[in-house]
Amino acid sequence: MGLLSDPNRRRALISLLTRLNAPICVLCYFAGVCWFMGLAFEPFTLRTYMSENAMGSTMVEERFPSGERALATGREFAAHKKKVGGMPVDWLVKTMQARGLEVFTQSFSRTLPFPDENKERYIVKGTNVYGILRAPRAPRTEALVLSAPCSPGDNNNQAVGLLLGLAHYFRSQIFWAKDIIFLVNEHDLIGMQAWLESYHHTNTTGMDWSPLQGRGGSIQAALSLELSSDVITSFDIVLEGLNGQLPNLDLANLFYAFCQKIGVLCTIQGKLQRNDWDSVSGYSHAVQTMMLMVMKQASGRPWGDHGLFLRYHIEAATVKGINSFRQYKTDVTTVGRLLEGIFRKLNNLLERLHQSYFFYLMPSLSHFVSIGYYMPAFGLLAVILLLRALDLWVQFANPPAVTVDGVADIERQSSPGVLSVLTPLVISHLTGAALYFLPTRFQETAVEHFPVSETEAVVLTAIAVYTAGLALPHNTHRLLSGEGTEQGWRVLKLVAVLYLAVLLGCTALINFSLGFILALTLVPVAAFVTPHVPKTLSAVILVVLSPACTLLFSVFFFQELQEMPVSFQDGWLLYLSVISQGMLDHYLYGSLVYPLIALMVYPCWLLFWNILFWK
Amino acid sequence: MLADDMACNHRNPKPATVFSHKNMELNVYGDDVEVDYRGYEVTVENFLRVLTGRLPPSTPRSKRLLSDDRSNILIYLTGHGGNGFLKFQDSEEISNVELADAFEQMWQKRRYNELLFIIDTCQGASMYERFYSPNIMALASSQVGEDSLSHQPDLAIGVHLMDRYTFYLLEFLEDIHPASKANMNDLFKVCPRSQCVSTPGHRTDLFQRDPGSVLITDFFGSVRKVEITTEAVNLTDPIKQVEER
Repeated sequence: MGLLSDPNRRRALISLLTRLNAPICVLCYFAGVCWFMGLAFEPFTLRTYMSENAMGSTMVEERFPSGERALATGREFAAHKKKVGGMPVDWLVKTMQARGLEVFTQSFSRTLPFPDENKERYIVKGTNVYGILRAPRAPRTEALVLSAPCSPGDNNNQAVGLLLGLAHYFRSQIFWAKDIIFLVNEHDLIGMQAWLESYHHTNTTGMDWSPLQGRGGSIQAALSLELSSDVITSFDIVLEGLNGQLPNLDLANLFYAFCQKIGVLCTIQGKLQRNDWDSVSGYSHAVQTMMLMVMKQASGRPWGDHGLFLRYHIEAATVKGINSFRQYKTDVTTVGRLLEGIFRKLNNLLERLHQSYFFYLMPSLSHFVSIGYYMPAFGLLAVILLLRALDLWVQFANPPAVTVDGVADIERQSSPGVLSVLTPLVISHLTGAALYFLPTRFQETAVEHFPVSETEAVVLTAIAVYTAGLALPHNTHRLLSGEGTEQGWRVLKLVAVLYLAVLLGCTALINFSLGFILALTLVPVAAFVTPHVPKTLSAVILVVLSPACTLLFSVFFFQELQEMPVSFQDGWLLYLSVISQGMLDHYLYGSLVYPLIALMVYPCWLLFWNILFWK
Repeated sequence: MLADDMACNHRNPKPATVFSHKNMELNVYGDDVEVDYRGYEVTVENFLRVLTGRLPPSTPRSKRLLSDDRSNILIYLTGHGGNGFLKFQDSEEISNVELADAFEQMWQKRRYNELLFIIDTCQGASMYERFYSPNIMALASSQVGEDSLSHQPDLAIGVHLMDRYTFYLLEFLEDIHPASKANMNDLFKVCPRSQCVSTPGHRTDLFQRDPGSVLITDFFGSVRKVEITTEAVNLTDPIKQVEER
């Protein structure tokens, strides 16, 4: 008979499972963590290669000549920007028209749910200016986008100058098969969101914008340029977008190929490549690069203006010019040539980029780990939850004998009322809903009663609701159904473990980094918590492993990775600003991290908290 | 039949031209080029239909082969190929067996007198291995197991302009004029290994005449055989006008 249909073998398997459950879980956890750390080890990664045939070789000779003129245009732009005190719309329109583009503007306005203290804005009004270079001979069915943000102060002037310089050069060529849209967006991401929403005729975030007068067809790829100095020492690419979505790996491969061809130093996460993968420092360098990418992806925020394009299935990346203290400087003409080369290659595309991977991690610019290689790390953690669920299921069938009240307890093996399980579920989710809705709703009342600004009010309300949730389910449960039963908490734990497994699984599919980090902290919680473990120690461990504390530690860890460690004071303030930014990202761009944590992960964690205090 | 109309591609910085070399001396897509099947019309089915004549009645004359038993046919194929196949567009292949059978159908219907088959792909010699109809002479740019290589890139466009065998074949043919007496043996010598890197091959066993006696102009240059006669031909009486109808 088969392995599972033979009752003897089945009993043996089940007893094996229950006896060895805890050791297997611990083993799986460490295996998962080791697998994840091993991803950055170079022999386990693959070299990047160009998958799209249309973008095969880099044979074209780039001929962009006018870097100096681009810089002069950038200085003019800076002067006009200072004069107007914002975006110099008329000057930009005039300059783009002089370069032969079809120029259009779009105005937009948005009142943020609460003031953004990082960027110091609350009621945002702005204008986007974009010029379309029509393909000389092709039908207007496809487009490419080159964008530069109009930033306050002295930032990104050279980027706009280079954009205009490239527009002038591109206009005199006849080989463009796609329209090229040169976009200068104001208020970085908000302007970009308004432009994209209007371009695609959607309105998902409730922004007010004027419709676009001119369009260019379906956008195949987009590049966002950030350049704030006349010379650069290295060129950085930023891939992470909204909700942890990444562009097709071919875009990064294209960037790397051109960096090699032109001889510019290229970085990812601001870190250079190293060749000594077998040394400890080389390996730790790769791990740092990969962990930076994981942290950025898990935060779910767009790390450049390109991040919002990905939602519309447009492959986009941000390229940043960095000027540090290196000897070898690259001038703007070379940067222009690099961009010209990239655009000529994108021009060759006949279909959207789809040949290479959409889900990957990059421990360096020339190596990557694809989803098939990194998912087992998460799978090993998810298996722990399934083993625990199986263990609980088996315990329902053969309840463990309780020695205290032997006869009485066996009689009381009836299934617990649905209410005793449903109540904690409902209360946890109501608390989660409170965490989601209350902070922004009640910011006015909070500001009236406490001497804090609106942003601080929102963040502190969130933390207050979170902490209040720790007290709530603990008490109401006793009120409703009296002392809890042994079966009761088991059923609740089974439900909670399966709920967590499904939640983390779905999250990891979309945003692997977020799913993995949550799994790292929540899976041990789910695995070991029962009403019988020592209460105070477990309560402390549970709080330390809760989503809020995970976020706090991640903030410190992220700063460490970027080699800018912060003191506890600054770290705490950074933590508060991260929470407010997370909420703003959700309201402004539709980031899903904040609702996920508030409405699903936090209630799930509260269920485990409830189980701990079951008796 | 041109699948990828490169000359009119939007990405060609030198529109309506296909040069053999980046010095832009010879435009092979000149005024005397007539493309009958372009773009998605270039399929294996259409190619075989043209060869065998099995076209729907509505097909215009420009898309038919219009050959009889006195016609010499030149077939030149180039593209990506392998051992026994040639790639059409990105989705199909024609195999050497299909080609051999098509030629046999042509022979049975007496649709050719003599046929010259030139192929420039990787492992091109595999394409003529299966021929079994008489009066076919075949040339290929490389043997089985060898790759045919491109000649030179044009860095302004970003692609290689022409394959080596075709380039040297073109150079050779540019010197041939309608009165030239060069024969097939000279054609076999085009692009030796030193220039082509691959080894060109040829097959003459099915051909009934000796290759040394076959002029190149029998297949190239649209040279027709003119027979001059000194006899006078009497025309019939003039046709009477038909009065009533």
